[in-house]
Amino acid sequence: TKLNFSSALEEERHVRANDRDYNERFSYADNRIKTAKYNVFTFLPINLFEQFQRFANAYFLVLLILQLIPEISSLSWFTTIVPLVLVLAITAVKDATDDYFRHKSDQQVNTRQSQVLIKGKLQNEKWMNVRVGDIIKLENNQFVAADLLLLSSSEPYGLCYIETAELDGETNLKVRQALTVTSDLGDDVAKLADFSGEVICEPPNNKLDKFTGTLCWKDNKYSLDNEKMLLRGCVLRNTEWCFGLVIFAGLQTKLMQNCGRTKFKRTSIDKLMNTLVLWIFGFLICMGIILAIGNTIWEQKVGSDFWEYLQWKELTINAVFSGFLTFWSYIIILNTVVPISLYVSVEVLRLGHSYFINWDRRMYYSRKATPAEARTTTLNEELGQVEFIFSDKTGTLTQNIMVFNKCSINGKTYGDVYDEFGHKVDITEKTPCVDFSFNPLMDRKFRFHDSSLVEAIKLEEPLVQEFFRLLALCHTIMPEERNEGELVYQAQSPDEGALVTAARNFGFVFRSRTPETITLYEMGQAVTYQLLAILDFNNVRKRMSVIVRNPKGQLKLYSKGADTILFDRLDPSNEELMFTTSEHLNEFAGEGLRTLALAYKDLDEDVFDEWMKKLLFASTALDNREEKLGALYEEIEQGMLLLGATAIEDKLQEGVPETIACLTLANIKIWVLTGDKLETAMNIGYSCNMLRDDMNTVFIISGHTMLEVQQELSKDKFSSGLDMEKTELYSSDSVFEETIIAEYALIINGHSLAHALEADLEQILVDVACLCKTVICCRVTPLQKALVVELIKRHKRAVTLAIGDGANDVSMIKTAHIGVGISGQEGMQAVLASDYSFAQFRYLQRLLLVHGRWSYHRMCNFLCYFFYKNFAFTLVHFWYGFLCGFSAQTVYDQWFITLFNIVYTSLPVLAMGLFDQDVNEQYSLRFPNLYRPGQLNQLFNKRKFFTCTLQGVCTSFILFFIPYGAFMTAVRDDGAHISDQQTFAVTIATSLVIVVSVQIGLDTNYWTAVNHFFIWGSLAVYFAILFAMHSDGIFTIFPNQFPFIGTARNSLNQKIVWLVILLTTVVCIMPMVAVRFIKADLYPTQTDKVRLLQQATRKQGPQEQNLRRVRRTSSRRSAYAFAHQQGYGELITSGKNMKVPTSSTSTYPLYSPTRGLTGTSSASICKCFRHQKH
Amino acid sequence: MFVALHSDLSSFGFFSIVYFIYEIEVHTVSLSFLSEDIRMKNEGEASEQPDNTAFTQQQLPAWQPILSAGIVIPGFLIIGLAFLGIGIGLFLTSQTIQVLEMDYTGVEKDSPCFQCTMQSVQNCTCEVTFSLSALFTGPVFFYYGLSNYFQNFRKYGVSKDYYQLTGDTQYFKSPRDVCFPYSHDSKNNPIVPCGAIANSMFNDTFELYQIINGTKKKVPLDGKGISWWTDFNIKYRNPSSVNGSFASAFDGTVKPINWPKAAYELDLTDPNNNGFLNQDFLVWMRRAALPQFRKLYRRITEGDYAGGLPAGNYSLTVHYNYPVLSFDGRKKLVFSNVSWMGGKNDFLGIAYLVVGSLCVVMSVVMLIVYAKFKFSDDDDA
Repeated sequence: TKLNFSSALEEERHVRANDRDYNERFSYADNRIKTAKYNVFTFLPINLFEQFQRFANAYFLVLLILQLIPEISSLSWFTTIVPLVLVLAITAVKDATDDYFRHKSDQQVNTRQSQVLIKGKLQNEKWMNVRVGDIIKLENNQFVAADLLLLSSSEPYGLCYIETAELDGETNLKVRQALTVTSDLGDDVAKLADFSGEVICEPPNNKLDKFTGTLCWKDNKYSLDNEKMLLRGCVLRNTEWCFGLVIFAGLQTKLMQNCGRTKFKRTSIDKLMNTLVLWIFGFLICMGIILAIGNTIWEQKVGSDFWEYLQWKELTINAVFSGFLTFWSYIIILNTVVPISLYVSVEVLRLGHSYFINWDRRMYYSRKATPAEARTTTLNEELGQVEFIFSDKTGTLTQNIMVFNKCSINGKTYGDVYDEFGHKVDITEKTPCVDFSFNPLMDRKFRFHDSSLVEAIKLEEPLVQEFFRLLALCHTIMPEERNEGELVYQAQSPDEGALVTAARNFGFVFRSRTPETITLYEMGQAVTYQLLAILDFNNVRKRMSVIVRNPKGQLKLYSKGADTILFDRLDPSNEELMFTTSEHLNEFAGEGLRTLALAYKDLDEDVFDEWMKKLLFASTALDNREEKLGALYEEIEQGMLLLGATAIEDKLQEGVPETIACLTLANIKIWVLTGDKLETAMNIGYSCNMLRDDMNTVFIISGHTMLEVQQELSKDKFSSGLDMEKTELYSSDSVFEETIIAEYALIINGHSLAHALEADLEQILVDVACLCKTVICCRVTPLQKALVVELIKRHKRAVTLAIGDGANDVSMIKTAHIGVGISGQEGMQAVLASDYSFAQFRYLQRLLLVHGRWSYHRMCNFLCYFFYKNFAFTLVHFWYGFLCGFSAQTVYDQWFITLFNIVYTSLPVLAMGLFDQDVNEQYSLRFPNLYRPGQLNQLFNKRKFFTCTLQGVCTSFILFFIPYGAFMTAVRDDGAHISDQQTFAVTIATSLVIVVSVQIGLDTNYWTAVNHFFIWGSLAVYFAILFAMHSDGIFTIFPNQFPFIGTARNSLNQKIVWLVILLTTVVCIMPMVAVRFIKADLYPTQTDKVRLLQQATRKQGPQEQNLRRVRRTSSRRSAYAFAHQQGYGELITSGKNMKVPTSSTSTYPLYSPTRGLTGTSSASICKCFRHQKH
Repeated sequence: MFVALHSDLSSFGFFSIVYFIYEIEVHTVSLSFLSEDIRMKNEGEASEQPDNTAFTQQQLPAWQPILSAGIVIPGFLIIGLAFLGIGIGLFLTSQTIQVLEMDYTGVEKDSPCFQCTMQSVQNCTCEVTFSLSALFTGPVFFYYGLSNYFQNFRKYGVSKDYYQLTGDTQYFKSPRDVCFPYSHDSKNNPIVPCGAIANSMFNDTFELYQIINGTKKKVPLDGKGISWWTDFNIKYRNPSSVNGSFASAFDGTVKPINWPKAAYELDLTDPNNNGFLNQDFLVWMRRAALPQFRKLYRRITEGDYAGGLPAGNYSLTVHYNYPVLSFDGRKKLVFSNVSWMGGKNDFLGIAYLVVGSLCVVMSVVMLIVYAKFKFSDDDDA
């Protein structure tokens, strides 16, 4: 029977391996990705359709149609169509370019190669040709091409390792395991080709961590879950090859299902602009109505008597109808108050600003050759208005590199460098590193600066040796040695990797492990320890221990863990050492380092045997096994001897604390949203200077139920509310209030956040959080990140910016007003979803304070000027209406109306919008409070709009009535009359062009060569075109279109005309200059002050800048920061992940050459571990 | 470094032109990049690296003016004084210009042209007298003025056919639609020149006499060159004569309804002043911007009157043809002489004086404000 699922919603997916005919019946999506919108043929119709959906374009289309009606056509059709075509063309070119690049990137992904099993043979195929049901082969470090069911792999037990950075941002490796039945297929192509299993599973969805399905093969059914799936976007690691069956392809993969359509982001200025355009539109209609009523009255009182000379007795039925027609005529004439070139100019400006971001060498990260990139070109000015930054931690604030930085061994610290006078030296790139050349197995990338530790090692101090031995033994790392001496550690957490690497360089090289042994090279000597037990880490224990037997036969327990936990379990004789170490730990923590305490214990043979038996018993227990095991671990981890402590630096990216400090000074609130643990997050909070010791209170919300969270939140609110009241008693000054707010910090974990985000509590959460200077949310899911951003967007009406590097940040990046991706990392998801991307967090400072501020400043000035200009230009017609019988007679030449906006005045304002700098970049960064006007939306708002339109109205009034007064009786110096329509038009037009040019000159703070060129050029072009259009030649060709012949030369050779133009210009400009000067003098803004300072210093010559250095002042004790997951311990002891399973694992599990008994017992433990697992 | 930057700049066309002006500033700007530049080069791979030009780094040399007190206050003062100067000049010049204005509409019963306002009267002539107590310095210009007359009405303004007026006989037979309803007469003959403007041409005529001892001495009126040179020479063209006869060019067309005679009969004495090139026609066709306007009628530049009108009594014979009372219009006669600034224009002089004094006052006010509230820059940052 032929099934047909193609039309309806897919409810269940049937995939049969190696059976394309069968699978094709369902019309599943193929593996081709298409993000482009147009192709060559559909471009024009679709693009035009899209463009006319825009209000402005539609409006001008309607105007164009109106102009074709002769009864009301007060302007020629070309006055509208020329600008409209220009606007449409520019937009179309931009859209076409964008789409071209989308085509290119699609093409690039679609043509990636993969090996597909077709007709019993492995063939290279392009990704786009992969079909559902195909079996494909992946090799190490390859991207997974589609969502696959793992069939078999090169590793034992059908295991395979993947990195899911592109999907969820986690860089640690994950294990996937194939079904035993399929893993037996191995890499036997013939067998794989015969494989005909059918998978029945869920339809395509976007849940990354869930998959349900069944595999039917040879009359057996096997259940499938997410642990058997390799999703598109993952990378295969540490696995030579694997085979997989394609389940979902192309757009139906979970990755693509997660890339929902990018939301079209618009800036607040955009929205304001649309509102204003609607208002202007309303204003236009009002003017039309006023003039139409005027026309009706005029027709009745004056016009009807005038029929002898004019013709409307025959034409006009009545005055009201004439008024109606006049209304439309005036709508056409006055349409230029809604600036057609506004939208396209704004786009051009934003594009220019985006290029400046792309071109900025100070945002170029040379180490990874990554320039900053403005991926969206529509949000630039909003960068100047950001109030909230939501930042990811790992990879954004930190480099996600752990470095062994310091240690304390037996009460002595190592890691600091001192000069000859005993002063501590700041460690920089240039500080000489310790030479580890004595050790052939060292890791070359490891850097350590304090040579005294190496000397101690070389002197064979026993405790120092024990310290590193512990580090080399007590962990769950898997070593990989491809070539001799080329060790690669597969660590689940980077912390462990750092510790073991440190031990490796100091001569205690962890070389290899089997389920029951660990082989170290201690100062070049191979030493094999028997691994008797791993007491693995978990959240409650916050420590891990191993029990080993060294070659001398001694039993040792090595333990590492959180200092507070370990200190409780020390031998009382250690008290003094504990005190010293504790001091050192404080010191380390103060520097923002992640600390661990190390301890060991010699075990008594009998006690251990006894304990081992109990353990064996407990591990077979049916109920409460976990607790029983925990108690046993607790029992043996007592009375340990303290060895010392380690300090790992979670390396911050360069300049993070400085950037955060600077952004904070700019009154931007920074929230850290991280998937990390509370302790880790707080640690970073301290090292970034976001949390400080001098803060009044750090609220930690970690309730598990709604009620708890509510109590905790309201408690906080209550106490801070109290403080607020106190403040109000002293002063209601907002500045004072802010200093009080600065004292608070809020830290909330994922559980609590889930409750706090519910409708009842969210208001409280927002209130409390906004009282705090620092907010850190830890253990949050990607969705929660987005919810938090959404919350602030909803409640605060502030501009938000989200910055992150991983796929887990995508939702937040998409939700925020502005999304920033950290590029140059392995995953590209965040970057692809972002609006801006660059390689280092610190560039954010430059993006916001320099580019953002400039963009905002430029855009606001641009808009103010633009509205001013158009009002000044258009309203002259309104005034003229009262003197020409409301007949919709234009003041200007039609050509002037056509060209005014697009030729005579567009370039100077564009140059201003592109290049203007009120304050240069150094000062922008030096005075972060210059950022404030943007946040307060001071440079362009409704009030500003009214001011600049009012200025435009006044200018138009002056522009009209001064020539009016002068031309009432004017004659030429040869007696001929010049008070004719055309001279009047040329005089007003020339005055207008000069006035708006002077005005843009006043608005331009930064006159580059381009500005000079455009401003003077526009004036020159105006006169050139004026004379050309009024010339004899053009008239003889088109007498009907250029009736202004000779007007320019007959009027502009008159002194009186120039006197009128001069007077008009001065009267229009001088009040503005005076107002600005007095305003700047009486109420100088911060910008005014800085500009003055800037000018003063420029005159004096460059001065030495005192750069603000941020000191980490924290002395807080960092808590346990062991970003580690449980799980590998079992795998190790079970030997499952060992490449060469020793025969002992399968037959006689723990053969021990020395002591059979312990061997057996630990084997049993391993067995029970296995039980636990399944 | 300096050389390198120069080449960078020159890649941006015109920047290099203005380059030398900013030489010094460019130099200082470029230094800040020196260290970074070297580092970048050491990295070797720099394909993605943005160009280091003043343009891409937004470091273009620039002039950064500030509205500082040192510029604004003296600026206002200078402009104010300059305007006062111009204003005084304009005002005094304006005072020297003599203007004589007479309304001859005939609204009042005792006015000389009252009888001509009756509808029934045809070819009415009336006489306006005036006397000059002193010499009216020449050259004297003789204008007619109309008020409440909307030559700037849109539909009136477009109602003409440019092609006809350039002498294109093709459009004589079929005037353009914009001329409607003055494109064809009631018998559907095409009107040349068509349209409302031409149809409503001013057709009062005047003769000026000086009365010396009771005898009238005709004052010669010069009607040559009263229109714009471009209108006469380029914008308007007569159709070429057909078979040597100018009138034949207009065959098959009729005169505008309100005209007493056809276009080719406007001035039979002077072929250069006939048809579309008739000076009065040209003056009329140059539409006024405002509903109250005056147009040049004649110059008085000849004979005894070249130096002006001597004191004495004058009589003006008006051939009153043009009705304006129906729409409450007024007709005026104006005699005037001119100066370098054109005709009498008090508005401009006064406006300059007012604006000039305001500027001076403002400069004083700003000086006071500046002196009193000058902010010091020690409180910022």
